[in-house]
Amino acid sequence: MPHDTSTNYGVAEGGAKVVLDGTKTILLVGVGGQGTILAGQLLAMVAADAGLDVKVSEIHGMSQRGGSVSTVVRVGEKVESMVCDPGCADIVVAFEAVEALRAQQFLRDGGTMFVNDEQIVPVSVNVGNFTMPADTEERLAAIGAVRIDAGEIARAAGSPKSTNVVLVGALSTALPFSVEEWQDAIRRRVPPKTIDANLEAFAKGRAAVA
Amino acid sequence: MSKQLLSGNEAIAQGAWEAGVAVGVAYPGTPSTETLENFVTKEGVYAEWAPNEKVALEVGLGSAMGGVRSLVTMKHVGVNVAADPFMSAANTGVNAGLVLLAADDPSCYSSQNEQDSRHYAAFGRIPCLDPADSQEAYEMAQQAFDISEQFDTVVMLHETMRIAHTKTLVDVVGERTALEPRAYESRPEKFVMMPANAVRRTLAANDREDALIAWAEETPLNRVEMRDTKVGIICAGALYVHVREALPEASILKLGVTWPLPPAKLAAFAAVCDNVYVVEEACTYLETRVRALGIPVCDPPASRLPRSGEVMPAHIRAAFGVADPAHLAPAEGLPPRPPAFCVGCPHRLVYCELRRLKAIVTGDIGCYTLGAVAPYRSVDSVIDMGASLSMAHGMELAGVAERTGRPVVGVIGDSTFAHSGITSLLGTVYNGGKGTLCILDNRTTAMTGTQGNPVNGVTLAEQAARVNPLDVPAGKQLDLVKLCEAIGVDEVEQVDAQDLKAVRAALKSAVSHTDKLSVIIFKSPCRLIDRSRKPMPTIVDCRRCGTCVKIGCPALGKDETGHPVIDPTQCIGCGQCAQSCPFGCIKEA
Repeated sequence: MPHDTSTNYGVAEGGAKVVLDGTKTILLVGVGGQGTILAGQLLAMVAADAGLDVKVSEIHGMSQRGGSVSTVVRVGEKVESMVCDPGCADIVVAFEAVEALRAQQFLRDGGTMFVNDEQIVPVSVNVGNFTMPADTEERLAAIGAVRIDAGEIARAAGSPKSTNVVLVGALSTALPFSVEEWQDAIRRRVPPKTIDANLEAFAKGRAAVA
Repeated sequence: MSKQLLSGNEAIAQGAWEAGVAVGVAYPGTPSTETLENFVTKEGVYAEWAPNEKVALEVGLGSAMGGVRSLVTMKHVGVNVAADPFMSAANTGVNAGLVLLAADDPSCYSSQNEQDSRHYAAFGRIPCLDPADSQEAYEMAQQAFDISEQFDTVVMLHETMRIAHTKTLVDVVGERTALEPRAYESRPEKFVMMPANAVRRTLAANDREDALIAWAEETPLNRVEMRDTKVGIICAGALYVHVREALPEASILKLGVTWPLPPAKLAAFAAVCDNVYVVEEACTYLETRVRALGIPVCDPPASRLPRSGEVMPAHIRAAFGVADPAHLAPAEGLPPRPPAFCVGCPHRLVYCELRRLKAIVTGDIGCYTLGAVAPYRSVDSVIDMGASLSMAHGMELAGVAERTGRPVVGVIGDSTFAHSGITSLLGTVYNGGKGTLCILDNRTTAMTGTQGNPVNGVTLAEQAARVNPLDVPAGKQLDLVKLCEAIGVDEVEQVDAQDLKAVRAALKSAVSHTDKLSVIIFKSPCRLIDRSRKPMPTIVDCRRCGTCVKIGCPALGKDETGHPVIDPTQCIGCGQCAQSCPFGCIKEA
């Protein structure tokens, strides 16, 4: 069966304590099937290993099947709510450019947005009922989004499916966790055969925004 | 002891396992589904999918009556299906503990309504526990079984989607309480709900209610957190963490038990706060009851909370006059991206043909509900599990097909048919109903994540062992053709849902025979269980008629000139577009 319920994983004991300035909210948005959930889990693992409180909120069910998806990860000393209200995301990681625009109101003033430089045409456009925005690049520039050609970077690294981990690499530059902690989480979470490719994707994602 | 990041559902499964639960039963339904999928993987337990929630609760009541702790899980609308045994079980009580997990879906992320299941707990007068995170879900799952046995009652464990699907850190003990099955004795006065016994059990429930109120006053599950006494908030579940987020200075009475309420505790809290507010979502379950106890509840000072949908911290800030953080306005001019049929989905061609026939479709609950949206817009009703078939019969009684000149077609999925469609079909046949009914048999319960069901024959344990429905021997699967014939349907036909000509011919024939009841079983596996791919087709001498893109394939778009373009990363070579091209310009490789 393709359905995977084995998403439990333990939290490493005795991780170095990281101190954050208040609770941080990271919003991951994309299109169903792009791997936002895995990216959110990697972040949650790293934060929990660092001794922080973590909440990860995902929407399942009808939101899959190629629709817009989002995962909220909140980390801090003590995390209360699991949701992200408008103006409350410290970091938005958009796996698709139109979804980045759709998420713009969630970014806080002065927050950081990473965007995968890719557009996925929804069925609503394919069937001719809507059009793609012509000014996506300008609008992303106005937000100050950091664009990453994650799909191309992943393909160049020989593993197109690790686009999400390239974006995790970019995200990692905006958070106070060590490279080793991220690498450790990747090793523990991804299928064993894909560890090296994902570590490579992570490193390239970091380098892309360095 | 270990620290684990668990969803509410995973935490409940772990808690139930540690509480020595021996039997788990459910029908899958978002946001409850993963609970039993997780529970079944644990050592020393038995768990199964039932065909529907009524059956699930009855099986669970039987195993609890028989002496082993039992967990029954369902989504909120499933509780409606289980309401009949629920209301009797609320009076019989249990032997070993019985816990009903009811998972609500405020904002209808994956549901047809956002009812609050706690109304059922109050209706049946059974205790209801409401966790605010996974740690509480884990602990309450265990406490619920103790309470069930202590008070001889079914216990509702209530969660919303935010609790079910949010992963939070849990200190997991990881040890299972070793329990021997409780002795079974015949107790007809307790379990045979004939009138004389039912009356006595209602009296017992009266006494139990008194005892539960006394317990609710004392239990640490109801917790007072005093801060600024100007604002006192009564809340439960996810609303507790939202209130903490939005109003960190407010005093809070956090209700871990949402039935029965503790009158003295509420009154004492109200007495020490200048103003008391109830913060809840989707309905006024708590507010109505708190007011009924004579406790003065204030309206929020700045604005009302939403009367429907999830309540977020931003709503609470607005209601209490706290400024919203600065943010950009929502972007305009973006194409919507609702969920769509997957590439190669076997439902697609059926809906293309229903659209072509201008059929009035009474639909049902599942992925195929998406036939209601563009580019098909072919579904006129979706109400509840099984309603497609019964409502098609009702439309027949109203003479809709004759009056509109459009055929009425009922469309249901395989798992939904097993859940509640069989009795609907039986009713139509029994009463001499005519018309066209379609069973979209994609060999799985797709929308909730490809669960097993009686049609594909995959049990929950086999699902956990990753048995693919396509590998299950036919003898273990429900034969829908034989079943429909046995029920007495006039014409039963099985058609390959991926063969456009056959789909078209079968529908055309069925709707033309208005003097017969026809069932067409469109059989073809869901693409989530059949991952096979064929080479991408090529487009030759395209006339740009646009027919192919109107099938709504996510892999098929158009370039600036109107020429169709196939996305090679998404295309699986299913051939749906090639069959749809009226000029044969799309060539299968």
